[in-house]
Amino acid sequence: MKVIDQIREYFEGNSPVFFANLKTHVWLSSFSMILAMLVCIPLGIWISRRLKIANYIINAINIFRVIPSLAVLALAMPLLGVGFAPAAAALTLLAGPPILINTYIAFREINPAVKEAAYGMGMTPMQTIWKVELPLALPVMLAGIRTASVEIIASATLAVLIGGGGLGSYIINGVSMMSKSYLLIGAVPVAMLAILSEIAFSLLQRKTNYSH
Amino acid sequence: MGIVFKNVVKQYSNTAAPAVDNISLEINSGEFIVFLGPSGCGKTTLLKMVNRLYDTTSGTIEVDGVDIRKVQTEQLRRGIGYVIQQNGLFPHMTIESNIAVVPRLLKWPEEKIDKRTDELLEMVHLDPRTYRKRRPNQLSGGQQQRVGIARAMAADPNVLLMDEPFGAIDAITRSSLQDELHRLQRLLKKTILFVTHDVDEALRLADRIIVMQAGKVVQFATPYDIVTNPANDFIRKLVGERDVYRKMGFLKVEDIYSADSLDEVAATADGVTLTDDLKLVFNRMVEEQHKAFAVVDSNNKRIGTVTMDRILTKLAQ
Repeated sequence: MKVIDQIREYFEGNSPVFFANLKTHVWLSSFSMILAMLVCIPLGIWISRRLKIANYIINAINIFRVIPSLAVLALAMPLLGVGFAPAAAALTLLAGPPILINTYIAFREINPAVKEAAYGMGMTPMQTIWKVELPLALPVMLAGIRTASVEIIASATLAVLIGGGGLGSYIINGVSMMSKSYLLIGAVPVAMLAILSEIAFSLLQRKTNYSH
Repeated sequence: MGIVFKNVVKQYSNTAAPAVDNISLEINSGEFIVFLGPSGCGKTTLLKMVNRLYDTTSGTIEVDGVDIRKVQTEQLRRGIGYVIQQNGLFPHMTIESNIAVVPRLLKWPEEKIDKRTDELLEMVHLDPRTYRKRRPNQLSGGQQQRVGIARAMAADPNVLLMDEPFGAIDAITRSSLQDELHRLQRLLKKTILFVTHDVDEALRLADRIIVMQAGKVVQFATPYDIVTNPANDFIRKLVGERDVYRKMGFLKVEDIYSADSLDEVAATADGVTLTDDLKLVFNRMVEEQHKAFAVVDSNNKRIGTVTMDRILTKLAQ
């Protein structure tokens, strides 16, 4: 039987299973992304104002990034058991560094004259962040978020190894059963998700770039 | 009223000598004051203490009778216009949003902001329909600085602080912006504190100049006094005492003319007036090859004579 027929046959009987897996994959990825953004954006802004602390944190992160995704997932298991929680925790850790580093750079590189103008006109520090710094930092921040999203969607395929589910289950099964069709049922949607999020964030990035 | 500095000191922790060393000054309401001096003399520090971008180490500053430390910082700053060197505009905002920053902070109703924006753009000679929706990077440096001035005046503050606003602008545009600012100041009677290291700019704009050196005020006087009667060698060098041409720019026909009508002087048709400066008169003497001109009043009636000899005598004083 040809691969394409095998795939068609699978979908005839099991499309609810596929969509459940797809849903888990998207949910796991977006949950981790949002969590990483909630933690790393404020942290990035905070360290952009404390350059000494920033150096320590950035160095620590760069050391951490040497650890492969698979190892991070494996390390989450003894701490958090199996299932959604350890998978989400591990993926959040993976998404953090690019978001944090880009936020830090984006805020640090805002022209000090612009900030001084904001303060000089009577904006409070919070107003300066919301009305001036954040809009100016967005393009660079979004570049980090884009990198993180692609990384997360790809790494989420490994979540199945610690019971997190998702499209990775097809790939693992495909590998162990030597089945091309299973591999494709997992890999193609993952690739498409990654490309879609890449395109979406690129568009957003272009839209927020005031100099275009 | 106006701005009063009393024993103002600014000591940074990383330098031994204070950046601003016990300065006391009284600035009248509606005066155009220029802080002049080389970089590092403390002029920018002194300016930025007025809107508390820097805090004083000791001493007090009063703006229109109110001690600036008794007002909430943001409140104080919203009531003082602030213009800095280029790049002070918010690049992600349109021109109209830039101008509306302080009115929005003060929670003005939108229709009032809208009307005010048109009014301000017209005031600085930018057509509102053309420029309102543009972004700063679509404007030339000179136009950006016009918007910067409009933005600082948006909420109609009494006091304007300007930190080398024309420093990065080419000479021709700078000179037209200076004229423009001078005109606005005469029209609106704002108290302006203007920092520059450009002597010509200072002489051109100021009602009075504060010359600073190493954190101290070395002379606080009108441009005329600074040029004709410099307080020390430093200022003498700064304004170029031997630059007679510059000196002539501050002397007027009324300072030197004689009320006689010398017969040998050419016809009154092309006479000079009392308010013409001597630079202009001297230029005409050279160009038209006359050693004397008739002085005429506003009705073109002869009231006296100005001669080359009289100019030379005055300059020798």
